[in-house]
Amino acid sequence: MKFSEKWLREWVDLEIDTETLTDQLTMLGLEVDSAESMMLDDNIVVGTIESVEQHPNADKLRVCRVNAGESESLQIVCGAPNAREGITVPVAKVGATLPGDLKIENAKLRGVESSGMLCSAKELGLSDDASGLHEMPASFEPGTSLNNALGLEDTVIDIDLTPNRGDCLSIRGIARDVAARNERAINQLDIPEVEPDIDDTFPVKIRDEVGCPRFTGRIIRGIDPTANTPMWMQQKLLRCGVRPISPVVDITNYVMLELGQPMHGFDLDKLDSKITVRNAKAEEELLLLDGRTVELDENTLVISDEKGAVAIAGIMGGETSGVTDKTTNILFEAAMFDPKKIAGRPRQYSAHSEAAQRFERTVDPTLQRLAQERAARLLIDICGGQPGPIVEVIDASMDYQPTSLHLSRGRIQALLGVELANEDIVRVLSSLGLGLEEHDDGWRVDVPSYRPDISIEEDLVEEIARVYGYDRIPRTHPGLLPDMKPRSETSVLIDRLKLVLVERGYQEAVTYSFVDATAQAQINPGDPELPLANPISSDLSVMRTSIWTGLLGALQRNLSHKQTDVRLFESGLKFVTIDSELRQLPVLSGLVSGNVVEEHWSDPARELDFFDVKGDLVALFDQANGVTVSVVKDTHPALHPGQSARIHAGEQPIGWIGKLHPRVQNSLSIGQPVYLFEVDLEALDKRRLPNFQDFSRFPSIRRDIAIVVHEEVTLNNVLACIDNESPKYLKDVIAFDVYAGKGVIPGRKSLALGLILQDFSRTLTEVDIDKTVSGVLAALEQKLGATLRE
Amino acid sequence: MSSELNQLQESAQHAVSDCKDLAALDAVRVDYLGKKGKITQQLKSLGALPKDQIREAGQAINAAKTAIAELIERKHEELKELAFAEQLSSESIDVTLPGRRTGRGGLHPVTLTRNRIQALLEQLGFEVAEGPEVEDDYHNFEALNIPPHHPARAMHDTFYFENDLLLRTHTSSVQIRYMESNPPPYRIIAPGRVYRCDSDQTHTPMFHQVEGLLVDKNITFSDLMGHLESFLQLFFDTDDVGIRFRPSYFPFTEPSTEVDIKIGDGKWLEVLGAGMVHPRVFEAVGLDTSVYSGYAFGMGVERLAMLRYGITDLRSLFENDLRFLRQFN
Repeated sequence: MKFSEKWLREWVDLEIDTETLTDQLTMLGLEVDSAESMMLDDNIVVGTIESVEQHPNADKLRVCRVNAGESESLQIVCGAPNAREGITVPVAKVGATLPGDLKIENAKLRGVESSGMLCSAKELGLSDDASGLHEMPASFEPGTSLNNALGLEDTVIDIDLTPNRGDCLSIRGIARDVAARNERAINQLDIPEVEPDIDDTFPVKIRDEVGCPRFTGRIIRGIDPTANTPMWMQQKLLRCGVRPISPVVDITNYVMLELGQPMHGFDLDKLDSKITVRNAKAEEELLLLDGRTVELDENTLVISDEKGAVAIAGIMGGETSGVTDKTTNILFEAAMFDPKKIAGRPRQYSAHSEAAQRFERTVDPTLQRLAQERAARLLIDICGGQPGPIVEVIDASMDYQPTSLHLSRGRIQALLGVELANEDIVRVLSSLGLGLEEHDDGWRVDVPSYRPDISIEEDLVEEIARVYGYDRIPRTHPGLLPDMKPRSETSVLIDRLKLVLVERGYQEAVTYSFVDATAQAQINPGDPELPLANPISSDLSVMRTSIWTGLLGALQRNLSHKQTDVRLFESGLKFVTIDSELRQLPVLSGLVSGNVVEEHWSDPARELDFFDVKGDLVALFDQANGVTVSVVKDTHPALHPGQSARIHAGEQPIGWIGKLHPRVQNSLSIGQPVYLFEVDLEALDKRRLPNFQDFSRFPSIRRDIAIVVHEEVTLNNVLACIDNESPKYLKDVIAFDVYAGKGVIPGRKSLALGLILQDFSRTLTEVDIDKTVSGVLAALEQKLGATLRE
Repeated sequence: MSSELNQLQESAQHAVSDCKDLAALDAVRVDYLGKKGKITQQLKSLGALPKDQIREAGQAINAAKTAIAELIERKHEELKELAFAEQLSSESIDVTLPGRRTGRGGLHPVTLTRNRIQALLEQLGFEVAEGPEVEDDYHNFEALNIPPHHPARAMHDTFYFENDLLLRTHTSSVQIRYMESNPPPYRIIAPGRVYRCDSDQTHTPMFHQVEGLLVDKNITFSDLMGHLESFLQLFFDTDDVGIRFRPSYFPFTEPSTEVDIKIGDGKWLEVLGAGMVHPRVFEAVGLDTSVYSGYAFGMGVERLAMLRYGITDLRSLFENDLRFLRQFN
């Protein structure tokens, strides 16, 4: 809410300066966003245009003689369309500086001397009206500084309000808080009842429990449609960010800004028979004041006459029943609407209004009559007219019930951690307008109708703390020692896994959890999608079923910036549907593309392959060494069918590794091979607790053999075959060469294996060794058709 | 005879000192001391001398032989040292050439910041708790005292799914889930991703928060302020940080506060939201408020990362450009 500091000071007498005031507001929870002085350069003064002549060299410029209070009139060239003889306007004299640091100097405009500038409201920062010169009352004396003429020794303060403080969407509400903080009382406005001159009333009916606890209406007949809103009111509205329009509209806005009660002025002659507050009918249409026609739904509260809706209740009036410059008879509405009936509707109808903003946060349910009296008084003073009596209709089922709360002294201390004096508590709460009655252990507190946000004891404690000052409450450190917590030695922290990858050259990435549906379909085609109902854009529309989609996007971005050696990993949730149940599974994913090592002066850069990435993966499993992991050849739609594998922990599949399918790579326009892995983090959470085993003190012996097997036979097959024999003394097998080509029969390959043999109690003899090696060879020959390589 | 021997010895001396390498020295050795060497020849010629001279001449020749052998031995040592020094010098390298390494990677600045927050708070006994990112309305809103139509909902631009599920708008939902399934007291932090349907210069539709919850006996607002003040001073690693607790509003805390910091002469910047857990939140999880009280806080990880590391554009955190990421290694 934007407001005029001067207006606030009318409501509460303060001896503090602007800076202190803004600090206080912020520390009261009314956070000041900005505070901008209205003051202009003193060389900007009131002037009257004495004559206007066409500029000899420019169609759109005029040459004005202006009386700016000096002995001689000034010649000023001006392009404003409303520049004409006799009007009073702001003049920036030579030497003045305008907001935005524009300095006024003597100048020649298309050959004609100009000594100053005539200004629009926008150029002076008074409002956003840039349509022409800012016309002011003729009563202003030429030469008077604009600061004096318009009372610009003021600051516009903009505060960010939290949703609970609807009461501070008014000058009076802010004044209450400031007064309490400064131990002052607010200057209550004297608003006497306006005696009716006529008996005219307009019938009002509220449909039961639709969401309108109170509705008031008042007819005022015979107002002067040519009257103007006085300058002081226009200035206050402008400084609160509201544009003056016409007296009736301006007065409703003024009362709203002053007291917090939104009002609406109808042209009485355009209303038919009676007002009904009801829910809109399905597909009922309404032409709004902003010129748009909206189709309403049945959950929208409307003000209606016999012909149909004339306003969306509490949000925006209709065009056809609005006041115009011909309106002489009006109906003022001041009502209370249930916030639940307003919340969300402004967005639904794109009809954001000052009124809606207040009703969404709850308006004082007892304020309507007072607002009517205030508006009637102002209108009659400005436009004349004969008021009728106020008609007030109350839906008893929803009407306001006063709140009383119990506040105990103990609760204050228990919550805040500080013991406050009774007198401080009483002073703060009563200065906020709360009624107190002392009891044994505290008080009974009556909450005023304008503070519906106070509904429990804790709310009262916050009020006390807020006004007393959070900065006066000590900052303490409770001496509670936390209990010791168990610390597992057999689980693997994700941080540890991340560091393994970091040490192996990977950068951690963070990509969005929602991705492009088409991109995702390339990775996991056919998987059920989890689409957002309201995505922020089409390329962020479905929840990821794999992190690969995001990592590939990051790769594309880096490649487009010539970053070709890319190693990325990311950990996070993937969102998959298994048996029509959503699972949010933590995974660790990696992407590698480019060279194995960065270019080095001694070694040629080598393009990486499957086994580089497999090495990284195995390094992860070295951490999670409590799991028995195997890598089994398998196919995945996003991976190269010959270079992809599924990772198993025991029997359980826990992830994938492989080369990105060249088809997918092409469709993503990636010019170099890409390798990917993704593993379930939960499967990596097991680490073996070390358990010492005695080891042999006798030497181990290595025997190398080279066998030739069918090319389809995997190392896993060979190892399993050997393992199955449980050869005596065999401790380990190392595969140290794989070869196919010249010297090996086509369709077969040679595998070189190092067999490591050892005994626990003695040094092995040649006989022992030969026996074991020939046993291994026999098994390989028998089971796998292996032959010893010549 | 003796002058001949002297000459021989002298020439041997010259020959040895002229030697430039071990091969030349060996040649000299053969030339003088070898089987057919000059000294050896002298010894062989002893037999031609009269018997009474043999002894004396033999001694002289042997003395010369020993002297030459010594000379050669010394020279040999000298040349060996020289050759070793030459070998070492030929093996000399340019030590300023880059070493061989697999480039080291690094953690994302969001992770670095999260880890820093976690490391500080773990000292106070806070433990990490986790919860789902696809949440239901109850845990994200209702149990946190944000019923339907509550104006605070408008502050959370929520992503929804078809089936009444949503993406959590804050990590506060983890508080509820944790309290539902664990007995008090509580000391947890819940770091994680959160989502809001908002995207511009200063907002990304996904960002990270760390939620904190401390519930125990006799926990007060003063404690909340004390803990968070220490935390912020330690996080920014400076005493020159102004910390301001400003009244604010959150539906799930009462009293509520927003915490602003001012580093040096800078402007006040909001970094945290906090407050005493609202009785309706305790009610939702069935906690006895006559025994327990507690505070909760939530902080934006990106905001803290940007302040700590001088990052100016929020969106750069999610572009995963290596030129950006590597700066945090």
